[in-house]
Amino acid sequence: MNLDKNLSTLKYTPDKESHLKPCQEDCRTCTKRPCVNACPAGVYEWLEDEQRLLVKYENCLECGACRIICEKQSLEWEYPKGTKGVMFKRG
Amino acid sequence: MSKRENKTDVIIVGAGPAGIAAAITVARAGFEAIVIERGTFAGSKNVFGGAVYTESVKEIFPDFETSAPLERKNIEHKFTILGEDDSTVISYRKSHETPVSYTVMRGKFDRWMAEEAKKEGVILVEETVVRELIVENEKVIGVKTELEDYYANIVILADGVNSLLAKQIGLREDIKPKDVAVSVKEVIKLDKQKINDRFLINDDEGCIYELFGGSMLGKLGLGFIYTNKDSVSIGLGITLDELDGTGLKPYELLEKIKQHPTIAPLIKDGEVIEYSAHLIPEGGYKKMPTLSGAGVMVTGDAAMLVNNMHWEGTNLAMVSGKIAGETAVVALNKEDFSENSLSRYQEKLEGTFVIKDLHTYRNLMDVMHDKKEVFMDVYFKKINAFFEMFTSVNGVPKRQLYRKFIFGFIKERGFCGLLSDAWAVFKLVWSILIK
Repeated sequence: MNLDKNLSTLKYTPDKESHLKPCQEDCRTCTKRPCVNACPAGVYEWLEDEQRLLVKYENCLECGACRIICEKQSLEWEYPKGTKGVMFKRG
Repeated sequence: MSKRENKTDVIIVGAGPAGIAAAITVARAGFEAIVIERGTFAGSKNVFGGAVYTESVKEIFPDFETSAPLERKNIEHKFTILGEDDSTVISYRKSHETPVSYTVMRGKFDRWMAEEAKKEGVILVEETVVRELIVENEKVIGVKTELEDYYANIVILADGVNSLLAKQIGLREDIKPKDVAVSVKEVIKLDKQKINDRFLINDDEGCIYELFGGSMLGKLGLGFIYTNKDSVSIGLGITLDELDGTGLKPYELLEKIKQHPTIAPLIKDGEVIEYSAHLIPEGGYKKMPTLSGAGVMVTGDAAMLVNNMHWEGTNLAMVSGKIAGETAVVALNKEDFSENSLSRYQEKLEGTFVIKDLHTYRNLMDVMHDKKEVFMDVYFKKINAFFEMFTSVNGVPKRQLYRKFIFGFIKERGFCGLLSDAWAVFKLVWSILIK
């Protein structure tokens, strides 16, 4: 499956600012970074060179898996603003 | 209490099945109900596998079959155990006079429910996120949105599985990865005739596949296929703690299921027209939050009301919403919004199938977590291996085949293992049927 192609089936209205705010300091010492693996939209990517968690919040499906699986329980997670985020026509 | 502007009788957070059921129940009794929905329209943020249950929808909308946007009435269940490259299917088919369930698209169905509710006086506020509950003297008195504050005598939480609001006021602890499954789904466009031919159904009939094993052998996860009018929904749910490592990602597991030789022909040449993901509450009875407090009640997914053994959720949501609505009406008539007054919601819900069923299966997930490597792997493979042996024609005498199969099984699991499995099943069945 091509995840990008799948995500392109959806209508997004991205906000300018991310509604997902990981604590980068915690991310650096996180052992498994389970958010990377669990996210069904591939929102998270660990950038080894920059020692930083990249958050492609524009692709978020708003499921909440990352918040629950965050090892350090330090991911600030909220729903996007009312007019923003993903729209499922079918669901 | 001082009179406030922006004050209503009941605020409902979330326009899903639970929220709409609650709101319409309040409105029908002549009180004002405001539903606050974060999506652009009701249903636009909602995702599920595929089916709503006739009996519970009728409790709110007795004539829904004549006007609701339904896809197909389900007449067949195919319980499918997928091995690495083989499968065993047990299927049950019956076209009931009153269908048990219908497949729907939530983007259409929830929207329809919300429109029906509006006709009956419910006020729907869309594109608005409730950020927190307003609490005064340990009583919930309203909600804070991005734009303004709204006040109400009662707030009903139908804000879905993540329910940050129930957590905010301490009705529940944070969800643990083992108590929730992440689900991914694809809606695949297929010609109506192809669906009918491949699933052996007529135009308005639907077929449900419940998928065990496959890419999730040994893991606590299940797949599904639902048929819509001219599309097929295929997806899976996997307990979040299974993804707590370096294994496959949820959409990779789905891709593998789609490629399984039993599944691939069903969706061949189809085009993915929507991808989605959602969390499924799986904690069951033991992980239910406190269902009410002063000025507040929790319903549907927010209250963990999902029966994962029977793939039921929307029906539990609607019944819980309805009972929360009824409880609100009694409280409004008495003008008593205390914790004690609203605790009637839980008492009434305990008298219904909703909590009775969750209680019946209260030990299920514990056993499955303990035994998943065995029950979701060894036994699934053995079922397929049995039928492979049974259907083989290879010149080997049958007694020899049976003995090889049985001794192989005993050797693989060991006597102690088999006894321990049998004991676990016995205890589980006892807790389901007896006590």
